[in-house]
Amino acid sequence: MKMELIQPLINAADAVLAQGLNLPIAIGSISMEEETYRRKGLAALVWLTGDIEGRVIFDLDASTAVRVASRMAGSDLPESDMLVRETVCELANQVIGNAVTTLNDQGFHFRVHPPVLHTSEQGTSSSEDTEAIVFCFETELGSIFMNMALRYTAKAQEKQTQAAKAGR
Amino acid sequence: MEQFAPVRRSKDGQPVRYLVVDDSVFARKNLAHILELFGGQLAGEAGDGVAAIAEYERLRPDLVLMDITMPRMEGIEAAEKIVQQFPEARIVMVSSVGYQENIVAALQRGARHFVQKPVKPEVLYEVIKYVLGEDAVVANAAAAGAQQ
Repeated sequence: MKMELIQPLINAADAVLAQGLNLPIAIGSISMEEETYRRKGLAALVWLTGDIEGRVIFDLDASTAVRVASRMAGSDLPESDMLVRETVCELANQVIGNAVTTLNDQGFHFRVHPPVLHTSEQGTSSSEDTEAIVFCFETELGSIFMNMALRYTAKAQEKQTQAAKAGR
Repeated sequence: MEQFAPVRRSKDGQPVRYLVVDDSVFARKNLAHILELFGGQLAGEAGDGVAAIAEYERLRPDLVLMDITMPRMEGIEAAEKIVQQFPEARIVMVSSVGYQENIVAALQRGARHFVQKPVKPEVLYEVIKYVLGEDAVVANAAAAGAQQ
């Protein structure tokens, strides 16, 4: 996965989390994931289709999700509250929406599908062309993981080749 | 927290009535909280475009805040249908996906403005005042408090 795909997502996550939580955010560990995705806690999954295809998962352990949702709601929420799950989905939606806005300005066109809760314990494994990269955002409320597996479609690769030729 | 002078309807001095449309309960609650800061009244909520049309017909709000990416019917299509039936409808799109084509499509199909998520209250406040135009007045905060 190329940096030009990753950077808008990191920037968007940093900005959305910092504004939503009103706390400093630091990027912690970065890792490549070759094994099958295993859910850490409460996870929201967003699919992208178009010039770039794949998925992004936001994953928080249960206690972090409660702290994050409570802070954003402005009151303490119980772990069972639907609003906790909704908050994780909306965070994912906002981060990806903001990143897509940047990527669209760079000429990539795609559709963002509404976030869904990722409820199964594990998902499909990443493959060579959809290798997953996992960023950990450290906050004082806990760690927020963003797991991205995106790839260019053939149409997008053709566009890039044409753009490169035109730039010569 | 920033203080906002209440925005009232100029015709009767009553709070502006809003319809908030978003498939995320969290986003609806967040917007409702922000509108409260502006002295607004939440007339109703809807979770998708189909429900938004029905709720608009039923409630006739002064202003609609409408998400774009939603199940059943997306926000831009719902906005178009509402404006076809009610040309006076004032709809502001509120979405995390803020690229130019999306904004242009929304404006061409009847939306009056666009606000990107995460919503900054001070931005939404200015957009609401702009969209309502002469149909709204910014009340004196102290006087508005005394009226309540």
